Amino acid sequence: MAVAATTETGARPARAGRRLSAPAWVGTVPFLGYVAIFLLWPTGIVVVDALKNPNGAWAFSNITELGNPLVRGYFIGSFKLCLLSSLLGAVFGAILAYAVASGDPDGTVRRLYLAVSGVLAQFGGVTLAFAFLVVIGPVGLLFHASWFYSFPWGITVIYAYFQIPLMVLVFLPAIDGLKVQWREASENLGASAWQYWRHVGGPLLAPAFLGGTLLLFANALSAFATIWAWENQIAYIVPQQISIALSSEVGLSNVNVADLLALGMVIMVAIVMTGYALLQRRAARWLR
Amino acid sequence: MAAVTALSETPAAESAGRPRGMQARRRRRLNLFRYVVFTVFGLFFLVPLLAMARFSLEGATLGTWSLTAWKQIASYQGTGVPPLISSIEITLELAVITCAVMLVLLVPTMIWVRLRVRWLARTMEFLCLLPLTIPAIALVVGLGQIYNRLQHFSLSALMLFWVYVILALPYAYQALSAGLSAIDVETLSEAARSLGASWFTVMMRVIAPNMRQAILNALLLTASLVLGEFTIAFLLLYNNLQVELYSISRNTPNAGVLFSTSLAALLLTFVLLLILSYAGRRRRGRG
Amino acid sequence: MNALVAAAKKEGTLNVIALPPTWANYGAILSAFTTKYGIKINSTLPDGTSQQEVNAVKTQKGTAKAPDVLDVGQAVALANTSLFAPYKVATWSDIPAAQKDAGGLWYEDYGGYMAIGYSSKFGTITSLNDLLGPKFKNAVALNGNPTSANAALNGVMMANLASGGTASDISKGVDFFSKLKAAGNFSPVSATGATIKAGTTPVVFNWDYLNLSSYVGVSNWKVFVPQGVALGGYYTQAINKQAPHPAAARLWEEFLYSQAASGGQNLWIEGGARPVEQLAMSNNGSINQAAAGKLPSVSGSPVFLTQAQNTDAAKYLAANWAKAVG
Repeated sequence: MAVAATTETGARPARAGRRLSAPAWVGTVPFLGYVAIFLLWPTGIVVVDALKNPNGAWAFSNITELGNPLVRGYFIGSFKLCLLSSLLGAVFGAILAYAVASGDPDGTVRRLYLAVSGVLAQFGGVTLAFAFLVVIGPVGLLFHASWFYSFPWGITVIYAYFQIPLMVLVFLPAIDGLKVQWREASENLGASAWQYWRHVGGPLLAPAFLGGTLLLFANALSAFATIWAWENQIAYIVPQQISIALSSEVGLSNVNVADLLALGMVIMVAIVMTGYALLQRRAARWLR
Repeated sequence: MAAVTALSETPAAESAGRPRGMQARRRRRLNLFRYVVFTVFGLFFLVPLLAMARFSLEGATLGTWSLTAWKQIASYQGTGVPPLISSIEITLELAVITCAVMLVLLVPTMIWVRLRVRWLARTMEFLCLLPLTIPAIALVVGLGQIYNRLQHFSLSALMLFWVYVILALPYAYQALSAGLSAIDVETLSEAARSLGASWFTVMMRVIAPNMRQAILNALLLTASLVLGEFTIAFLLLYNNLQVELYSISRNTPNAGVLFSTSLAALLLTFVLLLILSYAGRRRRGRG
Repeated sequence: MNALVAAAKKEGTLNVIALPPTWANYGAILSAFTTKYGIKINSTLPDGTSQQEVNAVKTQKGTAKAPDVLDVGQAVALANTSLFAPYKVATWSDIPAAQKDAGGLWYEDYGGYMAIGYSSKFGTITSLNDLLGPKFKNAVALNGNPTSANAALNGVMMANLASGGTASDISKGVDFFSKLKAAGNFSPVSATGATIKAGTTPVVFNWDYLNLSSYVGVSNWKVFVPQGVALGGYYTQAINKQAPHPAAARLWEEFLYSQAASGGQNLWIEGGARPVEQLAMSNNGSINQAAAGKLPSVSGSPVFLTQAQNTDAAKYLAANWAKAVG
């Protein structure tokens, strides 16, 4: 750092007149300003309006609405769907990630699966829902499964379609970090594959695995387009109900209810993401 | 590594033979496992895609084949309603604008924070990951008022880029930070500064070129996010590709063009990602 | 009228919203208007709900893209009259008094009766309870969520009336769907043209003008209206008080309510919807007789939900729908 200081004083006269007196953090103002306007301000609006009623007057009692059995039902529905799809996505994604990681690091298969994962992790919405409807489902072309229409099983299968690739993308670096030497060392000491996973590989991968699961959970929680295009005669989860609260044409539209639900969602995701951040930090320690 | 190989050589002949035999058997079992996994997952991912392809090649009556749906990507239009191609154009333009803004906004800021404002690094990480915590469906409820004001400047759907940059922040940040942590920023910047470079030169001509792979990654993630975005455009009453596809799915019996457009978008993203992965490896090999 | 046409042509553009081209022949109506007057129409958000139309009016207030005219459901219209500009079309006296606002703030345009459309592979349906039978497994769908979409709410109300309920109490309708779900016949998939064509939703509760073969896109589509149940619903026109193109907006309304052979009212009847001036037009002979003859017949006296009944139904559904069919 001292080197940098001398070079700075040395270099300064050559560029006299540049903005030298401004502190360094000023350079981050454009970014901070942008985020403040387009992320923090709308969030603030959501939080504030959730506690108001349609006339604009404060109504802190709105918070108790979150305890209303109907509203609780939406959050429970969201929770069920997210839990199922994140567990499913995490387990299968981890298996797939292991299969990809144990191959040639420069090989075609790995590139292919990574590219496919990158594409499918963002794929969702209308076309995915519809594609599944015509393939599976009671009059599906391939499978006749009437359970497919029931919540949350059918929609979980659809969610798995983009949860699994996301898990592959997130979990692969962790598996890559498992050094081959550790496996060899454990085998030389006489451990079986099961013992290796139970005592070495498992604990090392656990934080990354749990972190990935949480990320999948948050991802499923925010997903909207897919379920909206799949079945929208019944609102099972919070995002559907938010959309209804914003655009119902039978007189049930209420922006403040939408704000309240959005606030509840944010709290739910915040809890999950805090867990994710903590686990990421632990996972990073092992992989250094 | 030396210690491990030594360990494997000193024990008696049978244990020296065991690693190799075990290795071979493990390798075979592993390969079997990989083949099974790839086949099963390959099928799971391929089947809906194939179903989509099948429906996109559907003719007027079930059972016939025709390329109409693919040709319709350029020409599909319900009377009096904006054609499909205009929403495709808008979405592609949105992708380009969002990527450009992300580039200009995030890359210099991240490098600058890493170089000169270390104490903001945690805050920046928090802010960049915050959009994952505030999902689009929750954000859009509060965005109405802000977009209200924006609409006095421009009514075009291109205004969506302001919020798309925010949505893409977490993904771009993680890609860029992985690239940034792979290079020794301090040494590079000190070397450049001692040769008389300004901070701007250090950032743009020394550090950024070393992050090319990461930057490309970030741009690609941003672009695929924009191509697939539905929630905010739908609830802010704009017409982008996904909203248009939704509209088509609700209003016409002809689902073919729905599938052909989605498949085209998927294929485009896939090809770009594949090119990116090959381009990245080669560069690293040479350096 | 000529002054209006000149002023509208000078404005040159009309902004409409939430008008799907295949809904009640709107596609033909939009292009007929442009052909006749040369005024370009910007049609946004074709799949929008009535509430979204009103939201757009509010958020885009004062901009050049705000909707000029609205076509919304009754409930939404009555709740938002402060946004409308009063106007009485030339044929004002031919609109029944009960179907317009005395001050000219809103006026109904077209409507239909709630019906059940189904694929002919099921034979012929003769009563609502047929749908509880085993051959309708996973087949019966509504058109949207009844707590959100007007058409879906009226679908449940029709089942309600056919099951012996009254317009003020929708509980029997919800019970019917509950029984449907218990029998495994309820399909939660939203019925769209594509799902009908693919055979995913072969039975659909929808307005009769949306159950036409041509709209649905399959040739073996039949329509059934329960005996004695004529649940009608009309949509409502209104002009945005802050319309960016006020003259074009008023010309549009004149076009929609014109009784000419190629005017709005006849184009609607060609789309299978009943234009609000139907009675007057039958009397003065301007109606398209062939199209009128093709309209599905309904028995019983027509029932139209009042605002209070609509609100009560919505509240009941909000509290009980998810439980009944979830």
